[in-house]
Amino acid sequence: MDEKAKKKTLRPDRVPVGERSPLERVEDFREVPLGYTLDQAKDEADRCLNCKKRPCKRGCPVGIDCGGFVDRVSKGDIRGAVKLVKEKNLLPAITGRVCPQADQCEGPCLVGKKGASIGIGNLERFVSDWERKHGEVLPDKAPPTGMSVGIVGSGPSGLTVAADLIQLGYGVTIYEALHEPGGVLIYGIPEFRLPKAIVSEQIDGLRRLGVEIKLNQIIGKTLTVDEMLEMHDAVFIGVGAGAPIFMDIPGENLIGVYSANEYLTRSNLMRAYSFPEWDTPMFLGKRIAVIGGGNVAMDSARTALRLGADEVVLIYRRSLEEMPSRDEEIRHAEEEGLRFELLKSPTRIIGNGSGRVTSIELISMELGEPDASGRRRPIPVAGSEQIVEVDTVIMAIGQQPNPMIAATTPGLKTDKQGYIVVDKETMATTKEGVYAGGDIAGFGASVIRAMGDGRKAALAIQDYLVSKNTPDRESAS
Amino acid sequence: MPEIAEKEVLTPQIVRLKVIAPDIAKKRRPGQFVILRVDKRGERIPLTIVDSDPREGTVTIVFQVVGKTTHMLSQLERGDKILDFAGPLGKPTEIEQFGTVVVVGGGIGTAVAFPIAKGMKEAGNRVIAIVGARSKDLLVLEHEIAAVSDEIVVTTDDGSYKRPGLVTEPLKEYLDRGEVDQVVAIGPVPMMRAVSELTKSYGVKTLVSLNPIMVDGTGMCGACRVAVGGKTRFACVDGPEFDGHEVDFEDLTMRLTAYREHEKQSYNQYLEYHKDK
Ligand SMILES: Cc1cc2nc3c(=O)[nH]c(=O)nc-3n(C[C@H](O)[C@H](O)[C@H](O)COP(=O)(O)OP(=O)(O)OC[C@H]3O[C@@H](n4cnc5c(N)ncnc54)[C@H](O)[C@@H]3O)c2cc1C
Ligand SMILES: Cc1cc2nc3c(=O)[nH]c(=O)nc-3n(C[C@H](O)[C@H](O)[C@H](O)COP(=O)(O)OP(=O)(O)OC[C@H]3O[C@@H](n4cnc5c(N)ncnc54)[C@H](O)[C@@H]3O)c2cc1C
Ligand code: SF4
Ligand code: FES
Repeated sequence: MDEKAKKKTLRPDRVPVGERSPLERVEDFREVPLGYTLDQAKDEADRCLNCKKRPCKRGCPVGIDCGGFVDRVSKGDIRGAVKLVKEKNLLPAITGRVCPQADQCEGPCLVGKKGASIGIGNLERFVSDWERKHGEVLPDKAPPTGMSVGIVGSGPSGLTVAADLIQLGYGVTIYEALHEPGGVLIYGIPEFRLPKAIVSEQIDGLRRLGVEIKLNQIIGKTLTVDEMLEMHDAVFIGVGAGAPIFMDIPGENLIGVYSANEYLTRSNLMRAYSFPEWDTPMFLGKRIAVIGGGNVAMDSARTALRLGADEVVLIYRRSLEEMPSRDEEIRHAEEEGLRFELLKSPTRIIGNGSGRVTSIELISMELGEPDASGRRRPIPVAGSEQIVEVDTVIMAIGQQPNPMIAATTPGLKTDKQGYIVVDKETMATTKEGVYAGGDIAGFGASVIRAMGDGRKAALAIQDYLVSKNTPDRESAS
Repeated sequence: MPEIAEKEVLTPQIVRLKVIAPDIAKKRRPGQFVILRVDKRGERIPLTIVDSDPREGTVTIVFQVVGKTTHMLSQLERGDKILDFAGPLGKPTEIEQFGTVVVVGGGIGTAVAFPIAKGMKEAGNRVIAIVGARSKDLLVLEHEIAAVSDEIVVTTDDGSYKRPGLVTEPLKEYLDRGEVDQVVAIGPVPMMRAVSELTKSYGVKTLVSLNPIMVDGTGMCGACRVAVGGKTRFACVDGPEFDGHEVDFEDLTMRLTAYREHEKQSYNQYLEYHKDK
């Protein structure tokens, strides 16, 4: 430990963040944590040892100097803190709310060895909220290069590529299939966890920088990637992995069975929770089963609780320890009344004469040897079937790539599961001038990972365009 | 935002719009559809592209007013804009030279069947159109479809126009004469089901176009899943056309009822609100 760190007395507990009470918040879709005040933020930041090794920075997938910005917060230099964060991450209001910090920057934090790690996520959220209130810290823009890049998809990877390239002087056009930009940030992650106004503001910021966003453009249908290459000097594909997976068990077509994608899209993108003020309907069940254990399952379950369900059960085939969702979400969901059925898996869904769900049959599981993912494999226990009465079932067991782009883009290689094959360092695909990242590149699914891919791709696209437009010396002389 | 270039009221309940959408007009092939939204709180609804003119940059849609969104769409006039208009979606119809193709259209399904009849004709097939409606005032595109067919039979359930009865009767006569190589049937689910059951006994391949409820129309939500040949398929990306002999019509009929009550509530509230104005 270095000099400065040694001098500080260690405070083991975090400054708590205010949260709305569970009873109040399950009644609406407003955000759950209230965020730090300036004093609270300074107080929390003051716990940081500002250690030289900066394990926090190495834990961050895009290498934000966490200790550095936390130090600025402790000194009251919030504008400076924003600047430092934004050097690596242009959308901190989003990542501050949805990153799995416990597994990233906060995981290796030195203070965490003796007590609770520094609340880096909460502080990141604080500085970005401060920025929204006190005026945007606009990055400098390079002179125009006269070249342009087309981006497919407006999720976090596409938005990052857009932000980086516009600052480097490239024209940027985003083509988005849906009628609102933002990808999963808009149609997937619910309002109470990531307010839509924040996502819209961040996107409007990009528009102010000059990014053009074309909505209702389905690449592979309205236009092809090859046609985009005729209009632009390079293309980035950030379409996510949005196709829902079903379990292939009997009864999955009954009315009341939703993919999490459909359930969340109806609620978030189409605002079905405001039916009939908004036109899109949704079946508001009273007893709901959610299948899965990730963020998607947790978001579906907490949405269901807010839509007025009497009981929501989460059915997960492993145990609580293996659950991939963010810890904070599991805690919030528990407080809001979610019931967990662990080590269970559905075998069939049962309906009535008019095709509506009435119950679901589960089978108990026990954990065997570790599988390829390193987690213990769940094995069904023969004869342990049980029936649970429900009227709605939400399948949140994963997503897979949509084949639309691959099928219409000759020369673009995908792997067996349909993910686009890219070079890990440059995000270049097998097709010249075409780059890809985010969930469609298949290295795991998180917002920050998608942004990290976007940053790498933007740099590689710049290199590519510079070299493409520099006449090589021999022919020039 | 795409602008409406022409509007024509075909029957009191059925409207034709020509919409300026050059990218879609250029790409679109028979069998494909668009998803549109009329209002910023509105639902996304699928409608077939009935025709397109790539030079002019327009596409044509024909729709029946059955609920709130189609009602609002029918209120738009020439020069108005449609908020969101995305496409062309779905797989195009497989059009080849099959020989003799019977295209059966029921009700508003005739509008969906028209581009397929036209495509089949252009590919060198002999096209026989059988067009049915409940009554004369629900019949659409009779002359358009006649112009791209070698023969046309028109039926009305109530006998108010041309041949009385159901479309399956003339179809059976053609099948009995053994002249039919392929059938395409588009209309209400019971009609497509009846046609498929009939042609199955003759072993004549039959395409039907399914109309499950959709949200995104790009394969992202699974709302449009249908059971075909014992497998779950997404109509928006794997269809909307499927082999009629493989489709589980019972499953489709059931899923279409999912939001009946909601749809009624939404439409009634809308009508109520506008009555006062
Ligand atoms: C419910 C839910 C909760 C989540 N919670 C978290 C969390 O708490 N923390 C976290 O880090 N991660 C979370 N994730 C994962 C995270 O959201 C994703 O990893 C991330 O959004 C992927 O970003 P992306 O850039 O690859 O694209 P996406 O966000 O998937 O966006 C892709 C965009 O491309 C568009 N598109 C697709 N096909 C086409 C086409 N052919 N033409 C044009 N546009 C197209 C789509 O409409 C979409 O807007 C969650 C995901 C879900 C679904
Ligand atoms: C691929 C496809 C192509 C279509 N092409 C045409 C077309 O060319 N012309 C046309 O008039 N209609 C077409 N439809 C049907 C059209 O989408 C519906 O009539 C429309 O969504 C009704 O919306 P609404 O808000 O006016 O009525 P709602 O109030 O939503 O519904 C009223 C009635 O329409 C039925 N309905 C609701 N949604 C759908 C749906 N997606 N498909 C079928 N029925 C539905 C309901 O069961 C109900 O009986 C097509 C449907 C699909 C899936
Ligand atoms: S946040 Fe933790 S790891 Fe990072 S500098 Fe501060 S004490 Fe060190
Ligand atoms: S409409 Fe969503 S997958 Fe087909």
